[in-house]
Amino acid sequence: MRITQGCFSFLPDLTDEQVTAQVEYCLGRNWAIGIEYTDSPHPRNTYWEMWGHPMFDLKDAKGVMMELAEARKAHGDSYIRLNAFDSTRGFETVTMSFIVNRPKVEPKIELTRTDIRGRSQRYSWKVA
Amino acid sequence: MSAETQAAIDNDGSPKVVDLKAEYEKSGVAEVLDELDRELIGLKPVKQRIREIAAMLVVERARKSLGLTHDTPTLHMNFAGNPGTGKTTVAMRMANILHRLGYVRKGHLVSVTRDDLVGQYIGHTAPKTKEVLKRAMGGVLFIDEAYYLYRPDNERDYGQEAIEILLQVMENNREDLVVIMAGYADRMDKFFESNPGFRSRIAHHIDFPDYSDDELLEIADGMLAQQNYRFDEKAHELMARYIELRRQQPHFANARSIRNALDRARLRQANRLFETSTGPLDAVALSTISAEDISVSRVFTMPGNKAASPGRADK
Repeated sequence: MRITQGCFSFLPDLTDEQVTAQVEYCLGRNWAIGIEYTDSPHPRNTYWEMWGHPMFDLKDAKGVMMELAEARKAHGDSYIRLNAFDSTRGFETVTMSFIVNRPKVEPKIELTRTDIRGRSQRYSWKVA
Repeated sequence: MSAETQAAIDNDGSPKVVDLKAEYEKSGVAEVLDELDRELIGLKPVKQRIREIAAMLVVERARKSLGLTHDTPTLHMNFAGNPGTGKTTVAMRMANILHRLGYVRKGHLVSVTRDDLVGQYIGHTAPKTKEVLKRAMGGVLFIDEAYYLYRPDNERDYGQEAIEILLQVMENNREDLVVIMAGYADRMDKFFESNPGFRSRIAHHIDFPDYSDDELLEIADGMLAQQNYRFDEKAHELMARYIELRRQQPHFANARSIRNALDRARLRQANRLFETSTGPLDAVALSTISAEDISVSRVFTMPGNKAASPGRADK
């Protein structure tokens, strides 16, 4: 099942060239790029593993792409995403995030319904 | 190139001839070179070399527009010269020049020394060096005093690790960044002897000659003008004499010695104004360095200029 999280996830996978262009856009706005990976794309799994430190002070997307190549080498069969962090006072948060690598076979996410008191239902998801 | 691809190029309307002159003017290289000529005194061989590099890049671009096979030229450089000959100053400009020639994408300069590249513990060096390289992508990486990277007396020195990473990136990411190393000529030679990989990966070895006395005087004038000071006539003559004497002393550092001498002259001028002025001062008085501000310098009183103790040679 194709996981859809973050920007562009309903589009076909971005090529390296397109990722570079997106990174250029982020750097042009003085956002710092961080690389994260995980093998559990559960929607509640907000915090993925960090691949190195977020990259501040970069001027060119090539630096990010080198680091991404390294991350792919080590975790080619995991999800990898790029986070763009806006350090402006008042924002200080991730402003953009997109998946740049997916495992060959993506896990399924199952929805289970549980009946609770008074015909109410609880929903939960499970990565299978 | 096969006849087929040639035909394809002709069909899609690409130019068959190229006007080098127009290309040259369009690139704004002339402007950059003029600026260099105007603002940097002396340094003939350096300017000549930059001119050659610029010409090559323009031709390279013309070749590209004709669809001739092209390989990114290696532009890593080594600046070798005595202290104070303008290595760092030129490196700062180089980033700008290469950017305007369209050779590097962003044209910023990341200036580092050994401390920024080499870590203190095992496993500390590689991330540090990579961090710097990532920041330098799309621009120029300037490694000052590059020979410190290699310490022959300690075979476990982590500098070697940084050198290996640098070599790899210099080879694989030629279109992404330009590495400029700078250092004193003799020490750089030794450095290259023990790291032959570097010598072959650096295409341009540029020697920075010492300045002549006239050039140093011109530099002194320029430095003062920049700070809105000026010599009066006698001070100017005395400065020429000062340069002559200073050169014979140990620890002579070309333009840097001149800058230090001028800083001290300004100090004395300020002091003199305090002690002698009785009424209000005008702008001329405040910005004139006169002969007595220079003549007190120890350089003039040192017998035979030999007695200078090494540590205080600049005083």
